Amino acid sequence: MATRSFGAPIRRNEDARLLRGEALFVDDVELPGMLHAAFLRSNLAHATIRSIDVSAARAREGVVAVYTAEDLGAYWAPGPLLVPPPPIKGLVFNQRTQVPLAKGKVRHVGEPLAVVLAQSRYLAEDALSDIAVELDPLPAIVDLETAGAEAAARVHEDVRGNVAAHVRQIRGKYAAARSRADHIIARRFRYDHGASSPIETRGIVANWDARGNQLTVWDTTQAPVFLRNGLAAMLGLNERQVRVIAPFVGGGFGPKIMLFYPEEVVIPWAAKKLNRPVKWIEDRLEHFFATTQERSQIHDAEIALARGGRILGIRDTFVHDTGAYNPYGLTVPINSQISILGPYVVENYESTFTAVFTNKPIVTPYRGAGRQHGVFVIERLMDIAAHELKLDRVDIRRRNFIPTDAFPYNNELINQDFAPLEYDSGDYGAVLDKAIEMIGWRRFLAEEQPLLRAQGRRVGIGLVCYVEGTGIGPYEGAKIQVQANGKVSIATGIGTQGQGHFTSFAQIAADQLGVEVRDIAVVTGDTDQFYWGAGTFASRGAVVAGNAVNEAAKAVRQKILKLAAEHFECAEEDLEIANGEVSVVGVPGQAIKLGALALKANPMRGAVRPGTEPGLESTQYFGPPSGTTANGAHAMIVEVDPQTFALKVLKYVVVHDCGTVINPLILAGQVHGGVAQGIGNAFYEQLVFDDEGQLLNASLADYLLPTALEVPNMEIGHTVTASPLNPLGIKGAGEAGAIPVGPLFAQAIEDALGLLPQGIELNEIPLSPNRLFELTGKPRR
Amino acid sequence: MSTDTHDITVTVNGTRYQRQVDARMLLSDFLRHDLLLAGTHVGCEHGVCGACTVIFDGAAVRSCLMFAAQADGHAITTVEGLAADGERLHPLQEAMRDCHGLQCGYCTPGVLMTMKAFLDETPRPDEAQIREALSGNLCRCTGYQHIVEAVALAAERLRS
Repeated sequence: MATRSFGAPIRRNEDARLLRGEALFVDDVELPGMLHAAFLRSNLAHATIRSIDVSAARAREGVVAVYTAEDLGAYWAPGPLLVPPPPIKGLVFNQRTQVPLAKGKVRHVGEPLAVVLAQSRYLAEDALSDIAVELDPLPAIVDLETAGAEAAARVHEDVRGNVAAHVRQIRGKYAAARSRADHIIARRFRYDHGASSPIETRGIVANWDARGNQLTVWDTTQAPVFLRNGLAAMLGLNERQVRVIAPFVGGGFGPKIMLFYPEEVVIPWAAKKLNRPVKWIEDRLEHFFATTQERSQIHDAEIALARGGRILGIRDTFVHDTGAYNPYGLTVPINSQISILGPYVVENYESTFTAVFTNKPIVTPYRGAGRQHGVFVIERLMDIAAHELKLDRVDIRRRNFIPTDAFPYNNELINQDFAPLEYDSGDYGAVLDKAIEMIGWRRFLAEEQPLLRAQGRRVGIGLVCYVEGTGIGPYEGAKIQVQANGKVSIATGIGTQGQGHFTSFAQIAADQLGVEVRDIAVVTGDTDQFYWGAGTFASRGAVVAGNAVNEAAKAVRQKILKLAAEHFECAEEDLEIANGEVSVVGVPGQAIKLGALALKANPMRGAVRPGTEPGLESTQYFGPPSGTTANGAHAMIVEVDPQTFALKVLKYVVVHDCGTVINPLILAGQVHGGVAQGIGNAFYEQLVFDDEGQLLNASLADYLLPTALEVPNMEIGHTVTASPLNPLGIKGAGEAGAIPVGPLFAQAIEDALGLLPQGIELNEIPLSPNRLFELTGKPRR
Repeated sequence: MSTDTHDITVTVNGTRYQRQVDARMLLSDFLRHDLLLAGTHVGCEHGVCGACTVIFDGAAVRSCLMFAAQADGHAITTVEGLAADGERLHPLQEAMRDCHGLQCGYCTPGVLMTMKAFLDETPRPDEAQIREALSGNLCRCTGYQHIVEAVALAAERLRS
């Protein structure tokens, strides 16, 4: 075999088109006669709709149609529940899903009331101001702690206490563990995650071809196949009549896996009804309300410890803000619940959460998907325990690690994918050792920090650990075909939003098929190219679709060898595939190009043997028995300006084990981007709602995404523990960078300012200069 | 509302265009949807994210903060005009590819145009200067590190 592609830092296949501005994004779709949509959205968080008068809007020149919920008729229906609750005993789940256009009442600012279709977006927005809406305000449910009060207003009239869900999971016996404990620590933690804010907002173009009897939808979705299936069902079409294309998508990070957004229901329907192409592109203001986000949880946690710092048990109760509707089930809070266990042995665990409806935008997974909240709780508990027990922060973690010989390790809880929470493999000590070495833990604490403090500088160090469930089922598939020109095509059903699938999937196939990565064209996110699949989420694309690509490539390789053996009248073992051709080992000149072989596999005339399949092609599927568990450690040295509380990250280290690595360049990019989002979450980004449910900072001038000045250079180290759950040994890596940054910031800032000895703990995220000032009482000199 | 229109002549990537535009037509919309130069992307429509950056008479500007009518008589370069010929990528584009400086690629055209104008003025930038110049372009995928490396590499290649 020639040079191995798998594992090499190969430049990406997709980059040239993106760099030239030639790649197709949804808003680049231009169709003749296209109409443009604008949505009228509620400006109140909670209100009864008294009336909506669209007559003046309909009369405006350039306006083709205006619709409200009434106009949708029987098509109007609440959206589907995407993820049903897992089979946990005693679980309560009150399903209330979003509607295409509000009817009767509105439940969050930005909920759509009406849609205008006009000849341009400019005209459509003009017409929004022609619509007369009468809303009777209701008290808004904003605060998590009072949402469940008996006297509180109800987001959904028939749901008492605004309880969206109530879930309790137990391992072992916490009460007994607590009675044995030498030390007990109880704290309240608040963790607020924010808006994913991809630079491309959402968008949809729908085109109904009446003569072809075919609907085509371009959508910024992470799940084109489910969108196709759902649209077909809703519109009364066969699935083959609907083609969904997720072209190049400008970042996803979770909220683009959500469906059906109201706009996804309304725009295709309008295109079909009006028999005209329709485009809707979300603007940045809309994005803050109309796209799902993550938000707050409040945890009351208690940890029981033995004298040496060993964890005897943890009890945690938390409340989770699910927003006005809960179409994504319990994925986010269950991830929080299980993430508290971290990489540690926690034999006794009692966890209860209540998800509450609030009059705020819908909460669905955003990169990390609730894991941040849980990791914050356990990592803060470890820090506080280390301080109180006078242990090194690193030592207490190591002391509690699941030992390397204990895998697979069963945590005896139910995971978000309905499977038991079992970690497949890992070597947590090796990751920790590497992180300690790279950050220079002992030298910093023993030598550098005292010197810096003597100079009056406030510099601190932090180190946190985490595990991340990745690569969950159900399955993905891939179709691989050798073309007559000798090039290879791969089609898969997942969508892609920058993860480098056009290259990493090609790398997986290239070695099997003996072709260059650049000669393999990957198609993702087009339901006419590949029919089946679930989507890109939960750090699963490389694991699940990657292994499907591997299976399909192996099958095609077998077909190549079989046909070539017939051609050369030799044994398959005597053949090798390399450089785009099959040759007979040791016989110079005996070679056939893959393209020529592909032509032979599809004869135009003559007879074939019964059972012969045409072409050098195979479609294979891969479904893992359960998710893989990646793990890692982040460490940081940070300087805090004692006057302004501005931060300067002096060193940032990530050590990560995501199993076998397909492309280290792409992996580094995933980690860098995740950390950048984690930094935003930890110190810069917060959705600020007032007590009427109004978002006060709905612009990128006020909701602060980190820039090149806030994100430091990162040093990345790898350890490799191959997953036993898939043939390639891959674990997912998409979310790892983002997950543990919050507790790292809290710990390192505490260390820099020497807060714990003063009795000040940073038990909330996000922090900010203002918040640090408030929490620490005064600027420090 | 406004039905004022203006007749404008704009040179984009060396081609002269004569068009009639609504007074309120944004330059970004004009480039994307009228001239069909959709490589210029729109991320925030309020001048923060930098995705829509084009080079306007040699300076990097945000096309979402200008009206098309204001471009009358001016010369604009968009990402489609960055590579001198159809075959080879501009050294900045090449370096972005070599360093994995892009993921979803949505902010990339704006990054390229901002950095093109920056390197024209600052051919020997250090890392701090690159980061400062890049700080007006938001990227949500890369964490910037590979972009910074790419710009430094491009500067080096452009000098030699």
